[in-house]
Amino acid sequence: MRLSSKTTTLLVLAALIALAPLFFPSSYYFRVGSLIFVNGLAVTGLVVLTGYAGQISLGHAGFVGIGAYACALAPVHLGLNPLAAAVVGAALSGGLAWLVGRPILRLKGYYLAVASLGFGALVSMVLANEAQVTGGPDGMTVPDPGLRALLKSAGLDLSNSAFWYAFSGGILVIGAWLALNLYHSPTGRALRALHGSEVAARTVGVDVARFKLQAFVISAVYASLSGSLLALQNKFITPDVAGYMHSIELVTMTVLGGAGSVIGAVSGAMILTTLPQVLTVFQEYEQVMLGLVMMLVMIFMRDGLLPSLSRRIRGRGE
Amino acid sequence: MPELMQFLLSGVTVGAVYALVALGFTIIYNASDVVNFAQGEFVMLGGMFTVFAFEAGLPLPLAALLAIIATAAIGVALNKLAIEPARGAPVVSLIIITIGASILIRGVTQIAFDKQLHRFPAFSGDTPIQIVGATILPQSLWVIAGALAVFVGLWLFFTRTLTGRAVLATANNRIAAQLVGINTKYVMTLSFALSAAIGALAGVLVTPITLTGYDIGIALALKGFAAAMLGGMGNPKGALVGGLLLGVLEALTAGYLSSQYKDAAAFVIILAVLFAMPQGLFGRKSTDRV
Repeated sequence: MRLSSKTTTLLVLAALIALAPLFFPSSYYFRVGSLIFVNGLAVTGLVVLTGYAGQISLGHAGFVGIGAYACALAPVHLGLNPLAAAVVGAALSGGLAWLVGRPILRLKGYYLAVASLGFGALVSMVLANEAQVTGGPDGMTVPDPGLRALLKSAGLDLSNSAFWYAFSGGILVIGAWLALNLYHSPTGRALRALHGSEVAARTVGVDVARFKLQAFVISAVYASLSGSLLALQNKFITPDVAGYMHSIELVTMTVLGGAGSVIGAVSGAMILTTLPQVLTVFQEYEQVMLGLVMMLVMIFMRDGLLPSLSRRIRGRGE
Repeated sequence: MPELMQFLLSGVTVGAVYALVALGFTIIYNASDVVNFAQGEFVMLGGMFTVFAFEAGLPLPLAALLAIIATAAIGVALNKLAIEPARGAPVVSLIIITIGASILIRGVTQIAFDKQLHRFPAFSGDTPIQIVGATILPQSLWVIAGALAVFVGLWLFFTRTLTGRAVLATANNRIAAQLVGINTKYVMTLSFALSAAIGALAGVLVTPITLTGYDIGIALALKGFAAAMLGGMGNPKGALVGGLLLGVLEALTAGYLSSQYKDAAAFVIILAVLFAMPQGLFGRKSTDRV
């Protein structure tokens, strides 16, 4: 039996996550790994928005910030478990995306880019300025959800970094599975249709506004959960997560690997998350390298790294 | 009343800088449909080059001139090395390319110069001038006059010169422009040089007031971009009005509401304008062909 590309993608992803630790010389690698998964989750959401539906957002770090701060604030003010707080944050992000998405998504191209950028900037400004609630630029601590302790009492004792590696890896696989299912669903087809041509999609009866909004809400929920995961594993959070640069990083990761496919975008997240870790040796040159990578890939491999490479490997004759 | 006057004056000064950045966006956008996110870096480079040439012993006007020429050359290089090879790429790719360029320029500046904030002396001293109970720095007048001069100069260039009309023709319809013998590649190169030079000029004018440093470009690009959007992308008049409007609104918000949220005010207003008029204040309505 031939495996569908969806199953293959998921199997490859799960196998990589499960087998990579065999080659980890130190717990530091678990830490980088979980960072990759956290970014990969946000980027998977952007695949739905950008890769499927063809819409740009330069403000998604705003949703990451909401998810992150939900995990810090809800336990203090509402007495929720941090995991429940993550769900509240996701609901909040989804609701907010639904509210701002309606007017914003009427805009196209650069206009949509600047509107979403404005939204992200507003969120990060509120997080940085409302110091009495959010701790301001100093950030705030995030309580532990107690999952590790629960596992320990069940007889499974994982180190902190190994636990978060496995946990965020698991969430990423679930997130990828949902996004891949969406791709082949009627909604996914509608999104791809409006990506091709909005006018043509409307002519064949696709409710363009509704589907764009759905993609925006879905991607906001992914971003929010990614922020929550980051907050939980770092146990500390600053407004930087919601900043403009983080939005740019997320979009870059998405298109770097290939916005059209989940696995491509996740590999983009992997490259851009590991690059700064490798480059700390040449900290001075980090920005230069990042800028160069962004430019070179976009100039010479327009569809992203993975699709371009696989095309080159598969079909020389094309 | 003097209070309001003071806010207006400082708003117009900042707004003039936004307008110059927005004009830079407009020129490149018209010639190539690219929004150049590295526009703020041109302003930064204008200031930085002048600072270091001046500290190396050159007279200020010569240092400024060199800075503008050097920045224009970088603008041309950006077009030749990054934008031209990416012709026909989707909007997202172009956004990433120019954002990558801005990060690259920032990184190189930081290595070549340093991470400090710099300034050089104001052109005509630092003695404030009294206007209706408010004060204004002589340098602010230089900034405002500079923005107006650039605007008038561009207007003359676009309406009175053959080259300027070639740029307009290219903006209007690239293929038609090629058919009547316009070298659209040259027009694009010229646009990048021009908008980099205008950005650098803004940097030269404003550095004595606001200081320059390797990372001042991001905020300026965002504000200039917002100003251009507010006025209607691609419209020089819109860029000027959008920039001034944005500066004044920001100053009023900082003065009467909250200085922490002055940037927020700018974005809220832009979002509101875009919702009501998706093409901006002076934008053309466009239709898609399928």
